Amino acid sequence: MQRAKYILNEVLVGLWRNVTMTVAMIITLSVSLTMLGASVLMYMQVDQMKDYYYGNIEVSIFLREDVTEAQRAAIDQSIADNPLVQEKTYESREAAFKKFQVLWRDSPDFVKSVGPDSLPESFRVKLKDPEQYQSFADQIKGQQGIQDIVDQRELLEKVFNIFNAIQVMALVVAAFMALAALLLVGNTIQVAAYSKRREVAVMKLVGASNWFIQAPFVLEAVVAGLIGAILAFAAIFVSKSVLLDGRLKALTNVLTPIPDGNVWLMLPLLAGVGAVVSALTAWFTLRFYLKV
Amino acid sequence: MIQLENVTKTYPKASRPSLDDVSVGIDKGEFVFFIGPSGSGKSTIIKLLLHEVAPTRGKVVVNAKDVTTLRSWKVPHFRRSIGCVFQDFRLLPNRTAYENVAFALEVIGKTKAVARRVVPEVLELVGLGGKEHRYPHELSGGEQQRVAVARAFVNRPLILLADEPTGNLDPDTSIEIMRLLDRINRTGTTVVMVTHDSNIVNQMRRRVIEIESGRIVRDQARGVYG
Repeated sequence: MQRAKYILNEVLVGLWRNVTMTVAMIITLSVSLTMLGASVLMYMQVDQMKDYYYGNIEVSIFLREDVTEAQRAAIDQSIADNPLVQEKTYESREAAFKKFQVLWRDSPDFVKSVGPDSLPESFRVKLKDPEQYQSFADQIKGQQGIQDIVDQRELLEKVFNIFNAIQVMALVVAAFMALAALLLVGNTIQVAAYSKRREVAVMKLVGASNWFIQAPFVLEAVVAGLIGAILAFAAIFVSKSVLLDGRLKALTNVLTPIPDGNVWLMLPLLAGVGAVVSALTAWFTLRFYLKV
Repeated sequence: MIQLENVTKTYPKASRPSLDDVSVGIDKGEFVFFIGPSGSGKSTIIKLLLHEVAPTRGKVVVNAKDVTTLRSWKVPHFRRSIGCVFQDFRLLPNRTAYENVAFALEVIGKTKAVARRVVPEVLELVGLGGKEHRYPHELSGGEQQRVAVARAFVNRPLILLADEPTGNLDPDTSIEIMRLLDRINRTGTTVVMVTHDSNIVNQMRRRVIEIESGRIVRDQARGVYG
């Protein structure tokens, strides 16, 4: 109990002794952890979006404007006979136009400029396995009267590639910030060990155990790591509620919404990473500078 | 109590060994001087006994423990059975005499209550009664060394090592410190002292081991400086 009090007191004194360094350490730690948290969230998000969108993915087969009745029937038949197909629907020009009107009802001028005949009729096909798109397209495209075959999956892939790129960028920034943060942690611990070198020498002399000598220094780093993690979580939480739930609401609706549970999950994750990584850095530094 | 068997210590990059095939035994309750010129290797003996350095060859046994094979995590506990005093006192400047001694107790896990009972007693023993709350800079050199002795002795160690404890003190003060070490020796504590203070060695008339260039050249039961 008393030893715990001693160690806690040493930690507070240690953090206060070198306040500018402590602040720099906490800021870099928190920026790095924010980046880490954001990219983990994005990773979970992309995963969830893939599940959601790939389940609803369709292949659209647009028909030529001059398609004949017989050609349409032939296409219909070959889709129905194809073993890769799970489900097919036919969308007439009228149906396509109605859908279009609903989709763009906020821009009546745009809707007016498009006539009911401007949109092509199409078959919408759901494949048993969306990955099989290429072989399905190869089997179908020989049919007469087809204008174009469009795979939604390809479009989605482009979107997901952008997400991946952002995620990688966030991770790279996180890694660089983490490097800076860890160097600062190491440096802070060195300074702390130096300013307490007399105490450390006496403790070694009278036989204080190694963990007792090292604990205040390691805990100092852990406390900084935890504060950094809490700041990082606050940053993520605020930007989620202000940006995604507020200003960028429209974007959030297109993407699947980020569940609050995932955001809260970042708190223990960041706290754990922040504390453990700082502790290891401090401990590693002490091995060189205390030589107990 | 202390046994050095064919101990050789060569520091890295040193051309010749600091200790060269030294064998010596010290019994419980003895008072032993290691004397010799600077660089003769006498301080290396203290470092070996504290397990601050390991011997290049040979065996060091302290308190029936083979220090040579002691695991590093056991070293702290091992050191609690040894008290140590140095030429430069090594006190914490921002702590009073009482706090300096209590610190040594607290960092090995003794409670404040134990410190309150034991520290005044040991400060009284070393003759600092009434000066418990002075800071080191408010004490004379001799008084500071007494604090250091109190800190070394507060755990009642079996062995007290003293590395030139009078090196920074004037002759009269030195003799007072020697009286103190003698008193501690009479409680049954083995005292090993490294010195080149001929005056003191001649007055004490205790066992003298003289070292020159890393070898023992004399071991005399009631010796003088020579």
